[in-house]
Amino acid sequence: MNIVVAMKQIPELQQIRIRDREPVLDDVPYTFGKIDKNALEAGLQLKEAAGGKLIVVSVGTEALEDTIKEALAAGADEACLIMDNKLENIESATSARLIAEAVGTIDDVGIILFGEGSGDNYSGQVGSRVAAILGLPQAGYVKNITLNGNQATITRAMEDCEEVLEATLPVVASVLADINTPTIPSVTQILKAGKKPKEILELKIDKTGQIETISNLAPETQRRQIEVKDVAELIKAIEAEGISRR
Amino acid sequence: MAGVLIYSDNTSLAMELLTAARLIAKDQNKSIKALTVNNPEQAEKLAAKGADTYRIQNPDLTPADTAAMASALQQAAEKLDGDIVLLSSNRRGKELAGRLAEGLGAGCLTDVKSINTGKDGLECVRNILGGATVGTQRIITVKKIIALSPKAYPAAEQEGVGSLQDLEVMIQASKLKLVETREKAGENVDLEAAEILVVVGQGVEKQEQLADVAVIAEAINGVVACSKPVATDRKWFGEERIIGLSGKICKPELAILLGISGQVQFAVGIREAKTIVSVNKDENAIINKMSDYVLVADLNDVIPAFKNALGK
Repeated sequence: MNIVVAMKQIPELQQIRIRDREPVLDDVPYTFGKIDKNALEAGLQLKEAAGGKLIVVSVGTEALEDTIKEALAAGADEACLIMDNKLENIESATSARLIAEAVGTIDDVGIILFGEGSGDNYSGQVGSRVAAILGLPQAGYVKNITLNGNQATITRAMEDCEEVLEATLPVVASVLADINTPTIPSVTQILKAGKKPKEILELKIDKTGQIETISNLAPETQRRQIEVKDVAELIKAIEAEGISRR
Repeated sequence: MAGVLIYSDNTSLAMELLTAARLIAKDQNKSIKALTVNNPEQAEKLAAKGADTYRIQNPDLTPADTAAMASALQQAAEKLDGDIVLLSSNRRGKELAGRLAEGLGAGCLTDVKSINTGKDGLECVRNILGGATVGTQRIITVKKIIALSPKAYPAAEQEGVGSLQDLEVMIQASKLKLVETREKAGENVDLEAAEILVVVGQGVEKQEQLADVAVIAEAINGVVACSKPVATDRKWFGEERIIGLSGKICKPELAILLGISGQVQFAVGIREAKTIVSVNKDENAIINKMSDYVLVADLNDVIPAFKNALGK
């Protein structure tokens, strides 16, 4: 049984500059979303227990050729990529369609893992859409998964309770950040990453949009930025805001 | 007449959706229908507020099974001619949104903070690029799914006369079974309702200092929260205390940030606070520019001094 982890290439958010409230993305390097890295780590742990291969599926611009090394170094066995510079800023629906198609080319998939939301859009749609396209059961906000034959036992956290689910494989699961702490790849792993197999799929790209973005601007922040020199001044400032001590 | 269909597993969020649905319905001359699943009490409440409410009562349908729920909602949207479906952007609602959208061939936006009505249709406001920017977006498909953030709209008041009807849907054999529902480990804390938040960042170096932080928070009637790494990496708090894009987005009167640097995914969760106070040893921390009061100092000194100064 093989494990698929879907990861999204996103711009390094800390390096996005804002000019006249517009985000400037030139020269901003790409990375994978943080929670996607938790999904990869969850996949590695399942692979250790259940065997099979771990394949990362990703959709993005040509820069993905480089970004994917991060996932391969972290332990993925193979990558299955759909790369095209037209795939910058695609909508969830387009992304889901391509990922579902890519998953369809992989044999014996037992589980498809996602992060609960991407690092940039955090819309949380793609996992659900892929599950719908493939007609698979799904579980979101997952904090624990164990595999047992053709069943997965999944614990997930809702706002007010936890649920334990049993799903027949294959299943789509999207994980929470606190499911694990991703291990940092060793130098040897990083060196080996370049040699791991990468399959580049040529799929028909239909970018028919469902969403129109009218504006995308940094919020205007007008904060006073008053420097206070010690705790006494700080407390005076807080009290001036009408906050009193108990 | 095509209409707006609302559904949330959570009754208070369903009441907020009703408010939003009324704004849309009024603007676009649409009807409103509310849906409940195995929750007759919620149905009564929605009807009492004036909503035409449809009850699905079917023991084979569990909200835990997103595939089955999406199928039920899709059938409801088709039967009731709902071309705009409003869901709550809590965990269940968000998970449902994508699956339902795919089934209906609908465009979908989640975590929507507000909807502007106007001649060009519904403009949805939501965070983009991890919260570095705020986008205004429109769904251009005929069918639309919008998942609204909790507290984006106030709960609905009673308006007009509602009704109650049953709705039948087909449920297919499920590939997923709910084995157990259990209480969540950790505490019940409502960060979004807190007027004052004291937020612990990675600049707070020692876990022992949390006791003092708790005392400070209590002295000013505040609630302790944290940035994501403090919960997920250090495990000092449960995830219910995380502020940020994948945690809670809060608008308190006052936020006191201790050792926060100001990463964008964090800042999005607090930037709508009325007053922001930042204590940080780095005078160049990004958060300082986003704060009203800034104290550049060592937190190892500030935390005990703060506690003592409050007379605790």
